[in-house]
Amino acid sequence: MRRQQALWLLAGLTLFGAPWLLSPWGLSQLGFIAIYVIAGAGLMLLAGFAGQLSLCHAAFIGIGAYVEALLQARGWPLEASLPASALIAALFGVLAAWPARRLAGIYLAIATLSFGFIVQEVLARWEALTGGNAGMVVAAAHSVFVPTIDATQLVWLALALALACLWGLGRLLHSSGGRAFVALRDDAVAAAILGVATARVKMLAFALAAALGGLAGALYAHQLRFISPEQFDWVMSVELLMMLVIGGLGTRAGIVLGAVFLIALPQAIGLLRDLWPTATPPAGFELCAFGLILVLTLRFAPAGLAGWRRNL
Amino acid sequence: MSLFPQFLPLAIAGIAVGCVYALVALGFTLIYKATAVVNFAQGELMMLGGFVALALVATGWPWLLALAGAAILCALFGLLVERLLLRPLSGQPHIPIIMSTLGLGFMLKGGVTMLPGWGAETHALPTPFAGLVLTLGATPLAADHLVVIATTALLGLLLFVFFRFTRLGKALRATAQNPLGARLIGVSLPRMHGLIWALAAALAAVAGVLLAPITFVHAQMGFIGLKALPAAVIGGLGSIPGAVAGGLLLGLVESFAGFYAPDGIKDIAAHVLVLAVLLLRPAGLYGDHAQENI
Repeated sequence: MRRQQALWLLAGLTLFGAPWLLSPWGLSQLGFIAIYVIAGAGLMLLAGFAGQLSLCHAAFIGIGAYVEALLQARGWPLEASLPASALIAALFGVLAAWPARRLAGIYLAIATLSFGFIVQEVLARWEALTGGNAGMVVAAAHSVFVPTIDATQLVWLALALALACLWGLGRLLHSSGGRAFVALRDDAVAAAILGVATARVKMLAFALAAALGGLAGALYAHQLRFISPEQFDWVMSVELLMMLVIGGLGTRAGIVLGAVFLIALPQAIGLLRDLWPTATPPAGFELCAFGLILVLTLRFAPAGLAGWRRNL
Repeated sequence: MSLFPQFLPLAIAGIAVGCVYALVALGFTLIYKATAVVNFAQGELMMLGGFVALALVATGWPWLLALAGAAILCALFGLLVERLLLRPLSGQPHIPIIMSTLGLGFMLKGGVTMLPGWGAETHALPTPFAGLVLTLGATPLAADHLVVIATTALLGLLLFVFFRFTRLGKALRATAQNPLGARLIGVSLPRMHGLIWALAAALAAVAGVLLAPITFVHAQMGFIGLKALPAAVIGGLGSIPGAVAGGLLLGLVESFAGFYAPDGIKDIAAHVLVLAVLLLRPAGLYGDHAQENI
């Protein structure tokens, strides 16, 4: 236990020192890893621990991003707008979970996929509020204490929140409420017999996952400084799920491993690009390489990187 | 009737597109029923079928032969996919398997886009009946649509006969109903799984060729799969009549929504419809069980 605490401390110190040492590009990559860890922690709770296959996580991230952008533009400080983004995303999580109460497996996956499409279409069509498909430019975040949060401070904030999410997820899983999630995944009927209110637990899992998605989305909006509906499409939901599967579904380490993998993936594909005989490979190359890497990784490490390490 | 002069053409167009949805949905359903896997690459297999037919027509094959050729080549490809991608993963949890089919879809879409001079373009597939319009009373009916409907009806009939009366069809049904029992009476599960993938890929290819006169052939046409999947779920995933009913219902709703409802409703009609159906009937219209272990 002490060794683990020491590891956490070391990881924390390294991470908080990193923003000073990294180039602006490295800094932004670190920020995206932290943001994907936050979003991934939510989805891991839902898909990895509660066993609910959700394909609309990008919708929650999108809702969080738009709420944050709109509230900040109306003068709300970060202290108020971040919780508001998470809260409103959580409300949508409850809404998405409404049909899910009675659904399982692939039916749930399709219901969430469809929910995500509807959210994306509403974001694109409600032009008066969201600017439609043209997207929205997001200003740097401002809070009560720091009038303009710069790139380094934003990454620190994201890192702190990411570590808090990982820690909180671990605490949650060791509580009786958290064990109810795992019981729901392993055997819903047995869980119900033991007194787990499965419908309510599903709702709660969706609400928590959506809240973390919304929080990640709020940070994402400031990190990228531009948001548009097509960023939050079903492919992003698939990428997040892929990140968790490759990292190792049902493990906390898998969230971090998967996030690093997902952010490093474009670099790996860039290396493949250099191997192409002509100067630039034709359009579609990235997508094809992405699919190939996904298929090969799942073929040789179906339990993910975390599980693979354990199997060695 | 006179109040809705558009009714019949809209209905025919809706049924025609619905038939394409139904064919793709049938592919989802067959694979799901026999192997408990949802193949997210089904739409991309349809796109592949469209491109194969296009290549065959370009080399001088007549349309009907190209249709058959695309179906056979895609069936072989389906066989290959089952052997190389799915079989090594059997016994794994469902989520990695589903993610693998998604990866396959990305590979196909990206791979076809990369074809020099072909992938990035939108192509018309010349058909013998292009532009032909029949009239029923005063209502014009596009031959394209009627061919889609007739071909789908014929395929539906063939599938019905195949599953009902042939030895192989019965073995496939046995595999779907009870894999262990099927194995005990001597059915080879790997062969059945290969066969069902070949069949699903062939159906997808036919859907791609039939859809070509309506939406043209392009690398993005696999997007239809994301509407056919809700259609399969509306019908109740795993039910063959359900897949057809779900596809037709979706085609009709889209067709009328495109004409009478405001912009954008048509694009999300599939998703609103599937959520509404699942709220009322969690196992879909014809489904009998909603609890899967995924």
